[in-house]
Amino acid sequence: MSSLRDAIVIGAGPAGMTAAATLSEGGARTLVIDEQPAPGGQIYRAVERNSDNASLSAVLGSDYADGAALVARMRASAAELRFSTSAWRIDADGTVWTKADGKVERLQARTLVIASGAMERPVPVPGWTLPGVMTVGALQIMLKDAGLRPCGRLVLAGCGPLFYLFAAQCLEAGVSDLVLLDTAERANLIPALRHLPKAVFGHGPGYLRKGFSLMAALRRRGVKIHRGVSNLRIEGAERAVAASFRAGTHTMRIDLDLVALHEGVIPSQQIARSIGCAHRWNEEQQCFLPILDSMRETSILGVFIAGDGGGIVGAMASAHTGALCALAILKRLDKISDTEFASRKAVAQQALDAHLTIRPFLDRLYRPRDEMLVPADEVVVCRCEAIRARAIRDVVRRGCLGPNQVKAFLRCGMGPCQGRMCGPTVSAIIARETGQTPDATGYYRVRPPLKPVSIGELASQYEED
Amino acid sequence: MFTRVEPGSASLSGGNVLDFEGSPVPFRSGDSVAAALLAAGVSPLRETPVDQSPRAPYCMMGVCFECLVEIDGRQNQQSCLTRACPGMIIKRQHGARTLR
Amino acid sequence: MEPFDLIVVGGGLVGAALAWGAQTAGANVVLLDEGDQAHRAARGNFGLVWLQGKGVGTPPYMQLSLHAGRMWPGFAARLSNAVSFDIGWRQPGGLQFCFSEAELDKRRDVIARTQADGGDIDISILDRADLRALLPGIGDEVVGASFSSLDGHVNPLYLLRALQQGFQDAGGRYRPGFRVEHIAKEGDGFKAVSPTGGVAGRRIALAAGLGAANLARHVGLSMPVKPERGQIVVTERIKPFLPFATNCIRQSVEGTVLLGSSHEDRGFDDETDVPTAAALCRTAARVFPALAEATVVRSWGSLRVMTPDGRPIYEESARFPGAFAVTCHSGVTLASVHALEIGPSLAKGQLPEHVSSFTSGRFDVHQG
Repeated sequence: MSSLRDAIVIGAGPAGMTAAATLSEGGARTLVIDEQPAPGGQIYRAVERNSDNASLSAVLGSDYADGAALVARMRASAAELRFSTSAWRIDADGTVWTKADGKVERLQARTLVIASGAMERPVPVPGWTLPGVMTVGALQIMLKDAGLRPCGRLVLAGCGPLFYLFAAQCLEAGVSDLVLLDTAERANLIPALRHLPKAVFGHGPGYLRKGFSLMAALRRRGVKIHRGVSNLRIEGAERAVAASFRAGTHTMRIDLDLVALHEGVIPSQQIARSIGCAHRWNEEQQCFLPILDSMRETSILGVFIAGDGGGIVGAMASAHTGALCALAILKRLDKISDTEFASRKAVAQQALDAHLTIRPFLDRLYRPRDEMLVPADEVVVCRCEAIRARAIRDVVRRGCLGPNQVKAFLRCGMGPCQGRMCGPTVSAIIARETGQTPDATGYYRVRPPLKPVSIGELASQYEED
Repeated sequence: MFTRVEPGSASLSGGNVLDFEGSPVPFRSGDSVAAALLAAGVSPLRETPVDQSPRAPYCMMGVCFECLVEIDGRQNQQSCLTRACPGMIIKRQHGARTLR
Repeated sequence: MEPFDLIVVGGGLVGAALAWGAQTAGANVVLLDEGDQAHRAARGNFGLVWLQGKGVGTPPYMQLSLHAGRMWPGFAARLSNAVSFDIGWRQPGGLQFCFSEAELDKRRDVIARTQADGGDIDISILDRADLRALLPGIGDEVVGASFSSLDGHVNPLYLLRALQQGFQDAGGRYRPGFRVEHIAKEGDGFKAVSPTGGVAGRRIALAAGLGAANLARHVGLSMPVKPERGQIVVTERIKPFLPFATNCIRQSVEGTVLLGSSHEDRGFDDETDVPTAAALCRTAARVFPALAEATVVRSWGSLRVMTPDGRPIYEESARFPGAFAVTCHSGVTLASVHALEIGPSLAKGQLPEHVSSFTSGRFDVHQG
């Protein structure tokens, strides 16, 4: 059997699993890799392991449990699955360099489906580097993966669907001392309402109902919620001990044991950027998105992006985008007829569209505050290299027009996270200072390795010529 | 800072114990090293090589690289992406890698 | 402000050094630069001020390089004081590692030829035991090295930042995002024209690296430069273990370890590839086996500016006096000369006498 595969799918979340299952069921030779030890992505993390865990299932709810069916479908397909495997270099020609258990391997495919999902938007506020400050997503991962819930005083600061969902899950899990700092800007409501009429279609009402019932549950349980929170600051020397903030006209300070931040999610850009896929700024989602055609193919032929990596759509919609990618590939490989393609594409597209009616409303309602996007001078922007916003503004005022020159001059983005945590903020600060558009400002040029690989592992690929 | 939703799902009496800086840390099968350490109240996990400021896991999904520790002699490992195994020797990462 | 005394086209290491030198010598200078995506050779520079073996067989180039090396400590001190941050300049001496007796013999030959050419530089041969005493972690495959105390290293990116900042602090006008597409004679001076406007100056220096080849024709100059790709691999920060500059591994002040660098003819392709990175890593692990465990944070490719013989071009246009060509691939090593001698000299409208032999006319002979 040739080592050339029809498709390699990077990431086994809802998008990647659906793409892989659809491809394999359609007769395409498919490999799925994921750096996690089990399928599900972050949204369905450890869903197989938790399926017979009644107490955890009760906490996480039925939307989470539904992920098990998708995992089962992928497992039942002929797709080859490799977990605990990282892709540290991906080339536009379909070459994927992986690492698993210290072993480096070079794989090749006709097409690529990047389904590496989303990451939480960095929340650069004073004190966010302190131990005891995490993300809401991180806490939810600990709940799913390890059955761990916070104890002591937990403060959740942020906004967005995951924020309220996790707050409710905390209550189910027995968190008794919970304070919510809702950072959503009240002024967002009016412009968001303009998008509400669209949300009455498709699954919009369902999403809205879920949202309202979450809010109602939080109210019913008497959770302390501060609304319209701004000027958030985490205090502490060796670890976070308090949060100070403004709520309305009041300045407040509350003690805490653990604080988690969340200002929505943005696409993981590293893989698509490193391959050279064209990106464009999206004002609604306040982030760069890869440019995709209707079948989610990028500017590079044969490279597709499924799921939130192509723009935030949520878990259910992500699955349908995975189907679209897979159908496009099956058609290109002549595995399905034009008529089958057309009919299945229409079904997937319709299912996808039904989930998208709610998005413009959510995007606008939970648009992060300006202070989170372009933080004040004293805030650390690059956590790895401890570079503050002030330093970035200084070099921009001296003529740095873009993030790559800022990086060169400050080491900003040169640390172990490779600019993942500071990239969005650095570009935003530069754009604001120079008055350039985000597109004119650009983003870090992402270079391999995408994931940690050692000198010895790279040296193992040496070939005498 | 953290507790198990199901009390007793990780205990020192089972075989699932790793060693952090000489102290036993129990874990639940499937835990990441980072989760096991946080569950045991360990924080910080490292000091940065830049200004020695203390850091602990932030994202738990492999993005932030704040959870770097030494695992079985290998320095600067992402503890959130490493599954805990019985007998693992974990150490805090003090600043930059030391060449040994 | 206009007309400026001097327009410098190109805000990279060469242009910024000239501009800094001319401005601090009292001229009124404008430095025209591209934007964030410029081919920035500084990004691909390994950061060595490397003198052992430089210019062997070409005495004028050897003398220029040695002269530049001797000026580096004073230059670095002056620049660092001016901008008050550490540009990472260190002069611990440089080691070129050898993996075989044959390679060691080649280094001995370099020493002999350096002496024959009159090069005033001490280069010594270290055997395995000497090296082990200096660097306990050295690998068994390394049989020896050549050493010169004159070699040093610097962070090329901080050097560039310092030059641009020092230039601005001295009153120089830095214009980023000004991509010069045309140069015209205007009055008794010149006008550099970009899509967004024009800048007038009495004199003009072309230091635009690969972009200069086309512009040079506008003012009767010839700058036959081509790109040469260099790939570099860099690690996470490591506690200090390498207190020397070396030909293939450089530990920065911050602790990161750079492995470099390749020399490839790939046109304007500045991507990276695995075989090249693997070769760089293999060499590093042979020199320091313990490095094998270190994590690679980034690799990159960048384009050097190469003349046909690899030596600099310093030339004033015969047809358009006041227009100068300045280009080289050793933007770091020669920065001291560019900043302290050529820049101030350009401020007065001339090139220093000691670089007068580096004209592009030398390439015509071979073409005939």
